[in-house]
Amino acid sequence: MSKVEKDVLSRTDLEGLVDDRDQQIAELKARLAEWEESYDGIARRDVLFSTVSGREVKPLYTELDHASDDDSVGYPGMYPFTRGPYATMYRTRLWTMRQFAGFATAEETNERYKYLLAHGQTGLSVAFDFPTLMGYDSDHDRSLGEVGVCGVAISSLADMERLFEGIPLDQVSVSMTINGPAIILFCFYVAAAERQGVDVSVLRGTVQNDILKEYQAQHAWIYPPEPALRCIVDMFEWCSEHTPKYNPISISGYHIREAGATAAEELAFTLRNGFEYVERGIARGLDVDSFAPRLSFFFDVHNDFFEEIAKLRAARRIWARGMKEKYGARNPDSWRLRTHCQTAGVTLVAQQPENNIVRVAYQAMAAALGGTQSLHTNSMDETLALPTEKSVRIALRTQQVLAYESGVANTIDPLAGSHYVEALTDDIERDALALFEEIDEMGGVVPGIEQGWFQQEIANSAMRQQREVESAERVVVGVNHFTEGSGDIEIETLRIDPEVEQRQVAKMAEMRSERDDTVVTSTLAALTEACRADENVVPYILDCARAYCTLFEIRAAMEEVFGSYKEPVFF
Amino acid sequence: MSDERKIRVLVAKPGLDGHDRGAKVIASAFRDAGFEVVYTGLHQTPEMIVNAAVQEDVDVVAMSVLSGAHMTLFPRVKGLLDEAGADHMLLTGGGIIPEDDVDELEKRGVGRLFGPGTSTSDAIAYVNEWFATTHAN
Repeated sequence: MSKVEKDVLSRTDLEGLVDDRDQQIAELKARLAEWEESYDGIARRDVLFSTVSGREVKPLYTELDHASDDDSVGYPGMYPFTRGPYATMYRTRLWTMRQFAGFATAEETNERYKYLLAHGQTGLSVAFDFPTLMGYDSDHDRSLGEVGVCGVAISSLADMERLFEGIPLDQVSVSMTINGPAIILFCFYVAAAERQGVDVSVLRGTVQNDILKEYQAQHAWIYPPEPALRCIVDMFEWCSEHTPKYNPISISGYHIREAGATAAEELAFTLRNGFEYVERGIARGLDVDSFAPRLSFFFDVHNDFFEEIAKLRAARRIWARGMKEKYGARNPDSWRLRTHCQTAGVTLVAQQPENNIVRVAYQAMAAALGGTQSLHTNSMDETLALPTEKSVRIALRTQQVLAYESGVANTIDPLAGSHYVEALTDDIERDALALFEEIDEMGGVVPGIEQGWFQQEIANSAMRQQREVESAERVVVGVNHFTEGSGDIEIETLRIDPEVEQRQVAKMAEMRSERDDTVVTSTLAALTEACRADENVVPYILDCARAYCTLFEIRAAMEEVFGSYKEPVFF
Repeated sequence: MSDERKIRVLVAKPGLDGHDRGAKVIASAFRDAGFEVVYTGLHQTPEMIVNAAVQEDVDVVAMSVLSGAHMTLFPRVKGLLDEAGADHMLLTGGGIIPEDDVDELEKRGVGRLFGPGTSTSDAIAYVNEWFATTHAN
């Protein structure tokens, strides 16, 4: 109906329309009541009819359960993006199949990357070992026993160069999961691209760089919140000028969820963290549209199929509305929530591990139906060790079967208009907005972290889920039901050679002996000074990286000014 | 058993691994089961853990390791406990630990290690049984 036609509707016409609608609703309610009567008389299975997050699910949804209209659902690629961030979605480009990988030394991980690219993977994703995640060099005392075990060890530009040997960084997008020292690893990456002769302005990829969820859930931090947030805004500023196609942050719900949060908590905490970063950028004096288009997201895709789909749809709508209405962004790219997803590691079990392939496949399908931009599918053996080459291939093939055989990529947001999915989308949005209010009442995200509120909420939700599983109310196949055959676990697992640590330590000694110590000292001193002077630290860290200063040396140069974070301990 | 004293447990997170969902769940479950529980918090060195165990005079040290560094961390803590004259303490734990490593660590004097999907009641029963057996007189 055009605006003109609307204007000429008479009062009588309007009253007529309202009466018609009232009558329709009355008829719907009458038919629903009739159905309820027949439903009430029949016995039901004695199981939980709720999602894994504890959300009660009704036996039937109808159009009475949701208010979906053009304003809230709309069209893909159009505000508020409930149906997808892009107009054409998977008809133009499938999601990026991006398997997270890293182990041992840079050379061994480099081999795995080449293997994955040869098998049709379309992006890379770096998993670092714990020392790197915490900002320690491979030859630091605290790294003992952990070098290259849980990811790849990267202690300087030299390691980063070896990691991408023969992989042109202007042609592949690389995601790096690193947070506490994210700004340092990002500079190693940029310097490695420079060494390859690549124009850094074409770099595509993402660094996780989401420190707020580290304090809340994942716990790989270095500095206290304020200086850590300053570094993140430094990245926003530097990247918008120098690497405009690179995402300087991936605001992540994954770890919040894995630590125990419900779907609504994951959604609310993640988006609220995202808005916190936006506020910090604005407070620096940046134009919101200069950095918001490069903010990216990362969600977990857990077991409850429809709830996960609804969560992704609600995420886009809440983000779009917040960015436009609250933060005044004018560029549609600032409203558009783009996300990576990963299937839920926490749902994998050690008992009958082959069943994990099936869990991953359903979760992957939910991610695709939720409209993700990229996806990592977990491997079946990850409850035992890092995945073998074979299990990684099965996980990747799972995505390919989904993308090319199942038909889910043929049409956009095929579940829109489903009474259940639209109602869930509305409900989960409402829950998230209520949690926003609670966080605001505490004074925001940082006070919430300092009071341990997020940590406690997450731990409480984890405990509730544990009780449901232990009482066997929540069925987990192979764990509390259908356990025949759960005793014997016979699958091959990947082993990291203990000599990796010695090899890495030896390489570091060689690198240290070859570099120019005067430049090392002067670039580190300049960095400390820049931290003190409130300058953007990225150019200074880049200079350190180019001089082959190590991760820990750079960390320490900043720590002198920034101090370190102490967690509030409780359980 | 002479009296009904509470079993004292140190729940510990060694190494750089920040995954504490399991540690917190087991700490809460132990507390609910009537144990006295001390939780170390994250990023502890083996030395810090053994110091805490001795200072708190615990019966059991339960370590959660999801980083793959279990073959370094468990033997190191076991060695330090023995050195500190605390070899009467039970060193047990859980995490992402392959079966072969569980067997190998058991040979080196480490107690039972529990994997993903373990019911907290199994771990509680194990600690209770161990305590009843070792404190029978």
